[in-house]
Amino acid sequence: MIKYRAGSDIDRGVLAEKTWRLETAWTVATLLIFFGLFVWGADLYVRLFQPPSDALKIYVIGKQWMWKIEHQGGQREINALHLPVGRAIQLVMTSEDVIHDFSIPAFRIKHDVLPGRYETLWFEVNEPGTYHLFCTQLCGTGHAEMFGEVVAMSAPEYQNWLEQNGAEETLAKAGEALFMRYGCSGCHGGNGAGGSQSESTVPAPSLAGLYGSPVTLIDGSIITADDLYIRDCILLPDTRRVAGYPPLMPSFAGQISEEDLLKIIAYIKSLTPEKQS
Amino acid sequence: MSDTVIEAPEFAERSTSYLTDGSTLRSWLLTTDHKRIAILFFGTITIFFFVGGAAAALVRYNLIVPQGMIASAETYNRLFTLHGVVMVWFFLIPAVPVTLGNFLVPLMLGARDLAFPRLNLLSWYLFVAAGLVVLYALFVGGVDTGWTFYTPLASTYSRSHVVAAVAGVFIAGFSSIATGLNFIVTIHRLRAPGMTWYKMPVFLWSLYATSVLFVLATPVLAMTLLLLSFERIFHIGVFDPTLGGDPLLFQHLFWFYSHPAVYIMILPGLGVISEIVPAFSSKRLFGYKFVVWCSIAIAVISFLVWGHHMFVAGTSLYSALVFSILSYVVAVPSAIKVFNWIGTMHKGFIRFDAPMLYAIGFIGLFTTGGLTGLFVAALAADVHLAQTYFVVAHFHYVMVGGMVSAFFAGLHFWWPKISGRMYPEMWGRAGAVIIFIGFNLTFFPQFLLGYLGMPRRYHSYPSEFQVLNVLSSAGTTILAVGYLLPLGYLTWSLFYGKRASANPWGATGLEWQTASPPLTENFVSTPTVMEPPYNYPPAEVVQRHV
Repeated sequence: MIKYRAGSDIDRGVLAEKTWRLETAWTVATLLIFFGLFVWGADLYVRLFQPPSDALKIYVIGKQWMWKIEHQGGQREINALHLPVGRAIQLVMTSEDVIHDFSIPAFRIKHDVLPGRYETLWFEVNEPGTYHLFCTQLCGTGHAEMFGEVVAMSAPEYQNWLEQNGAEETLAKAGEALFMRYGCSGCHGGNGAGGSQSESTVPAPSLAGLYGSPVTLIDGSIITADDLYIRDCILLPDTRRVAGYPPLMPSFAGQISEEDLLKIIAYIKSLTPEKQS
Repeated sequence: MSDTVIEAPEFAERSTSYLTDGSTLRSWLLTTDHKRIAILFFGTITIFFFVGGAAAALVRYNLIVPQGMIASAETYNRLFTLHGVVMVWFFLIPAVPVTLGNFLVPLMLGARDLAFPRLNLLSWYLFVAAGLVVLYALFVGGVDTGWTFYTPLASTYSRSHVVAAVAGVFIAGFSSIATGLNFIVTIHRLRAPGMTWYKMPVFLWSLYATSVLFVLATPVLAMTLLLLSFERIFHIGVFDPTLGGDPLLFQHLFWFYSHPAVYIMILPGLGVISEIVPAFSSKRLFGYKFVVWCSIAIAVISFLVWGHHMFVAGTSLYSALVFSILSYVVAVPSAIKVFNWIGTMHKGFIRFDAPMLYAIGFIGLFTTGGLTGLFVAALAADVHLAQTYFVVAHFHYVMVGGMVSAFFAGLHFWWPKISGRMYPEMWGRAGAVIIFIGFNLTFFPQFLLGYLGMPRRYHSYPSEFQVLNVLSSAGTTILAVGYLLPLGYLTWSLFYGKRASANPWGATGLEWQTASPPLTENFVSTPTVMEPPYNYPPAEVVQRHV
C-alpha cells in the first residue's frame, strides 16, 4: 500500500486485464485449505461421540445455580467433581430447569446440559490436579456462581476418597427403595421381572436385562434402551409404547425429581436376567 | 420518473438543496424525501449507538476486578443484555441500509426517490416505536436473558421484562422488512436509462442481497418471538420441556434468523468498502463480477449455516458435520472479496484520507474476525472455544472492527455529499487511528481469555484472568474516545466545515454527479449511464498526470 501511494511515481506497468484465472486460483486454494481444516476438526469431534464402553459413569444435574454430582456408589458432591486419572469418564447430564453447560476448559470439553434430556460427555484425565469447572450457558442471575473444581486423583486416592465419602447405599440400592415407593413394583414386579410372571395381574414388560437391549416399539421401530429411553418411558410413556403391552403406564412427569430418576434408572440398569433366578 | 421530466425546467431556477427545502419540524417529520428520512435514521441510530455503547462501557468497567465492580450479578446481566439487544437490532442491523442506503440507493441508481417513499417513512416510525418499547423495557427493570433469549430461561424462568423487549424487537423487524422490500423494488424498477445490473455499484448489489435477507429471514424471527411470548404469557408448551416443548427448538428457529442476520449486518459494510477502495486507489474494482456474485452467494449460503451455533448444544453428530462444512463454504466468498480489494489496491494510486484509513482498518479487522471464524467452525476447536470470550472477540472483530469501521468509512466518504460540508481531515484521520488502536486493545485480549477458557457473560471470574481483563477495559476507554471524536468534529463541520464540491474525492458513481448536498429532486434531469462502474482512468494516464 505504501509502495503504491498516490505520490509515488513507481512504475505500475500494465494492469492485468483478465482476472478470472487469478479469481479461480484463489477461490480453489481457499476452498482446499478450508476443507482440510474441516476434516481436521471433524475427525477430533467424531471421537467425542464414541465413548469407550467401559467408561466410568458419573451423573451430573445442573440447577439454578449449582452442579450436583452423583457417583455410582451413592457419593454426592456439589460444585466439585472427584475422578480418577487414567480412566475414561463418561458424564451423564441433565438439568432441573434451564439449559446449562458443563465445561472444563483444561480438558478442552464442554456440552450443554438440557432439561428433559440426558446428554453425555466423555474424557480421560492424565495429570492429577485441580481444574476449573464452569457453567458456560447463561442460566440466569447466578450464572457466574455456577463454577467449581474438578479434582483428578490417582486410582488408589480416588478409591480412598470414595470410601471416606461413602454413602450408606449405592445409587441402585437407593433406586430399589424408590422403585417400591413410586409403585413401579406394583406392575413391573418386586424385582422388575415383569407383570405377566409376577403376582401382579397387570401385564407390564420385564425390566430385567432391559438396559442396552433392543426394544420393539408399537410403531414397529426398534431402539436400544439407554438412559434417555428409560427416562422417557417413565415421564412420557405415551411416546414410548412397547409393542405387545396395553397402554396402561401412567406418566410420572413432574412427580419424580431428577435425582430420584437417576437412582431408579440406576436400579433398572442393575437388573440383569441372572438376578431373577 | 415522469415527474422528473415534467418538473425538470424549474430546478435550475430553484435549485434548492434538500436540507434547506423547508425547515419546519413538520417538513422533517412528515417528509417522504429519502434523504431526509436517512437523516432521521442517522439521528435515531446515533442515540442507540451511544446507549448500547454506554452499557458496553459499564460491562467492561465491571470486569476490571475479578469479583466485579458492580455490586449485583442481576445488574450486570441486564447491562450486557441491553448492550446486545440495542446494538444488534437498533444499530448493527439497520445501520448502513437505513442511513447510507436510504440516502444513496436512489442517487446511485439515478432515481428521484425510493419506489415507496411513504413506506420508507413508515419504516422510520416503526423503528422509533420499536426503540421506545425496548427502552421502556430497559427502564422498568431490564432483561437478563442475553440478546439471544434462549429458552426455557427466557420463556419460563427469567424474572425480567422479556415480553416487552421481545415486542420491541418484533416491531423493529417490520421496519427492516419495509426497508428491504422498498430497496428490492427500487433496484428492480427505478434504474436510470443505461444502468444495467452489471453497471450498478457493488454497494447496491450488497444492499440488494441484504434486502433479500431482510424480507426472507425476519419473518422467522417474528414467529419465533411470538411463540416465545405465547409460552411466557399463556404457558403454551413450545420450548419448555416441562410444558411438553423442545428446549432446542428455539435455538434452531432463532439462529435460522440470526445467522442470516449477521450477514445483514456485514454485507452492506462489504459494499461500502467496495466503493471506497477503488475511489482511493483511483483504479477499477478488481474482479467486479466476482465481488457481485460473492454477495449473492453469501446471502444464499447464510441460510444454511445456523447449526454452527449449536455444536455443543446437543444436536446430532451428522448435522454438526454438515453445518461445519457449510460454514467453511460461506467463508470462501468473504475471503474472495478481501483478495479482490487487495487486487484493487495493487498498483493503484492510494490516497490515505480518513475514509480509506477506516477501510484499511476494516480489511485488517474483518480478516482477523473471519480467520478466527474458521477456528470456531472447526468442530473440535469449537467444543473448547464456544461460549467463551473467544467467540465474543470473533464476533466483535467482524461486527465492530468490521461493520462499525465500514459505517464510519462510508459516513466520512459520503459526508460531503450528505451535509454539503467537508469534515476536518486531520481529525478524521486521528479518529480512524484511535479507533483502530482502541479496538485492538479492547478485543485482542479477549481472544486470549477465550483460549484460556474464560466463559462469557460472567459477572465475576477467577483471578488469573484479571490482567487480560484490565487490558481489555483500558482499551475500551480509548475506543470510547475514538467514537466520541467523530460525533464532535462531524457536528462541528455541519456549521463550520469547508463547503464541499460536487465530487471532492474524484470518485465515479452517479451520486457524485449531482450537487453536494443534492437537490430535493436529486438530479436536474434524469441521467443516462454510458460508462461501466468504477471507470477510473487507466494507470498510464494517471501516472502522466502525477
